[in-house]
Amino acid sequence: MAKKSNDLLNVLEMLVETPGPSGSEHLIRSKIEAEIRDHVDEIYTDALGNLIAKKGTKKDGGKRVMISSHTDEIGLMVTHVDDNGFARFITIGGVSPLTCIGGRVLFMNGTQGVIGMERLDKDEHPSLEKLFIDTGATSKTDSTIGVGDVCGFERPFVNMGKRLVAKSMDDRAAVAVAIEALKAVKKTVNEIYFVFSVQEEVGLRGAITAAYGVDPEVGIAVDVTRTGDTPKGVKMEVALGKGPAIKVRDSSFIADPRVVNWMVEEAKTQGLPYQLEVLEAGGTDGAAIQRTRAGVPAGCLSIPCRYIHSPSEMVDADDLQHCVSLLAGLLSKGIEI
Amino acid sequence: MARKVDSSKKYSPKLGKKELDLLTCLSNALAVSGDEQEVREIVYEELKEFKDFMHTDAMGNVLVTREGTGPDRVRVMIAAHMDEVGMMLTKEDGDGLFEFVVIGGVDPRQLVGKPVIIGRKHIPGVIGAKAIHLTTKEEREQVLKVNSLRIDIGLGGSRLVEIGDRATFATNLAVLGPSLRGKALDDRLGVFNLIQLLKNAPDNIDLLAAFTVQEELGLRGARVAAYHFNPDIGIAMDSTPANDMPHFDGEVNSTHNTKLDGGPAIYLMDGATIGDRRLVKWLTETAEAEKIPWQYRQPGKGGTDAGAIHKTRAGVPSVSVSVPQRYLHSPAGMVRIDDELNTLKLMHAALSRLDRSTLNPQENK
Repeated sequence: MAKKSNDLLNVLEMLVETPGPSGSEHLIRSKIEAEIRDHVDEIYTDALGNLIAKKGTKKDGGKRVMISSHTDEIGLMVTHVDDNGFARFITIGGVSPLTCIGGRVLFMNGTQGVIGMERLDKDEHPSLEKLFIDTGATSKTDSTIGVGDVCGFERPFVNMGKRLVAKSMDDRAAVAVAIEALKAVKKTVNEIYFVFSVQEEVGLRGAITAAYGVDPEVGIAVDVTRTGDTPKGVKMEVALGKGPAIKVRDSSFIADPRVVNWMVEEAKTQGLPYQLEVLEAGGTDGAAIQRTRAGVPAGCLSIPCRYIHSPSEMVDADDLQHCVSLLAGLLSKGIEI
Repeated sequence: MARKVDSSKKYSPKLGKKELDLLTCLSNALAVSGDEQEVREIVYEELKEFKDFMHTDAMGNVLVTREGTGPDRVRVMIAAHMDEVGMMLTKEDGDGLFEFVVIGGVDPRQLVGKPVIIGRKHIPGVIGAKAIHLTTKEEREQVLKVNSLRIDIGLGGSRLVEIGDRATFATNLAVLGPSLRGKALDDRLGVFNLIQLLKNAPDNIDLLAAFTVQEELGLRGARVAAYHFNPDIGIAMDSTPANDMPHFDGEVNSTHNTKLDGGPAIYLMDGATIGDRRLVKWLTETAEAEKIPWQYRQPGKGGTDAGAIHKTRAGVPSVSVSVPQRYLHSPAGMVRIDDELNTLKLMHAALSRLDRSTLNPQENK
């Protein structure tokens, strides 16, 4: 068991330290592909850049299942570089100016930068228009970035023992869970399509087309969810360390109750801790899968995560391990929906 | 990118009398979202030679297929939307006065005092307001809300129009030296360019042309058009704001979006699409090789038909190219003729160079 857990953490560390904002998933995609290539029957990248890995062939009692975890993370895109080399930017996905200030960024071309701010008036709330990226350039001409260059936040992975911290736990924690579950599933009657999707943070775009292409009979998104366990935080039942969160609903979709029950029963069978999740704001690839073609029963396996969309997102190591066990268990047996 | 281009077939678009007449017809036509018939008729008239390969779909999109002749042709869908923003009559108050709503993104501040045309017969009217003689200083500082405005078509006009009729600004296209001034250049320039591309398309591709409806209401036509065509790649040809006036305080204008005279604007990201990096590269490399001026549209909000196309079926790599335009969605936009012709030139040159290797491998910068 100890070794298995180390695998998970090693994969996670590799994933979170790779930059890959929405639309620039090429690096993270190639790392995932290298990690899983030997464990799947078929692997391909679709027109939008979703990495799709097939495992198993549908047999009696089995189903065509789509598992979706998104490879992209939030980030920034340069809109203008001024004569002194300062870059203005817009956000890719939901980035708050509050979590930008003083932050460090890493561009896809390797350039590093820090985020600075114009002088604010007293009591002025910082807005994105007041922020800029300083890459250490002394002029526009020696700047190594230009309009359209993309960066993610830069923070090292930290193992705090029980808790793990990194940028892009959303959704690399889920990618790590999907990868380890993929490895753990040895024999199955199901035909499983592990989709490592793109552009989730800008509107579930990759999952929309991947689900159309895969045409699954049932789908599960794996993603992070918020928690209500921090001082004066949001009112929410989910907490770190209390096990996988089985989504009942969020603002993008209502999980199919049959899928919720399927997941709950598996958790009970394995004796795993679990919690039911109702998220008031937020959406996942599950919503995209559900509305594909003539409709697909879909749900979401959520990993409790604090400080989502900040450069320091925190998850619990045991929660991750339990998510792997739950997902692998679900996929190893026949599915009745 | 490896494909050799036959330079004898080089295409040099121009805006002669024939082209200007067509563009004038297109710009002056009334085709507010949901009633694009007038532009549809112009497209049909212009593309008679394609009549066996052209149809109007259930939503009103005009879809034209022009097959090439080379081996392993890439199927390229190009969309240009026929609709424009405008108004719709909702209720008659009597005496030729009509309440209305706006269709698509119209700034209410642009409405007051403008002459308009209504319905398929272009019945003239005006969006009136109290004369300055009678208004107070306070009144003049307020923006008049759309629900307090009326379209006035004159006493007895009630018989000439119907509730539900669309209305648009009564602007005629004008050539102002190196510029064009007109309404609905968003996206009649795109419609014009797509007509020209169909007539002059290179043979190495299958050109799937979609003259779309209801773009201004949420890319609605392009969604079903893309489903029909099921293309290999998608391109939206549109028009985008140029907010390129100098700042009064001498500061750098870092939010110009695009600049007039900067050439065709290539999209990296807007609110609806992240441009496929391979296609962005294909366009910029073509522009560099052909010495066509070009610019990036600054990454930002907004959306084009590419937003609908790229999410169709199992996904379509997509990108947008726009003609920069000042005063978009107003009674009179302004574009440079050179920007317009260079957009057409870039599109033609890029299509001539397109082959499967453009989409391979899954590379990025």
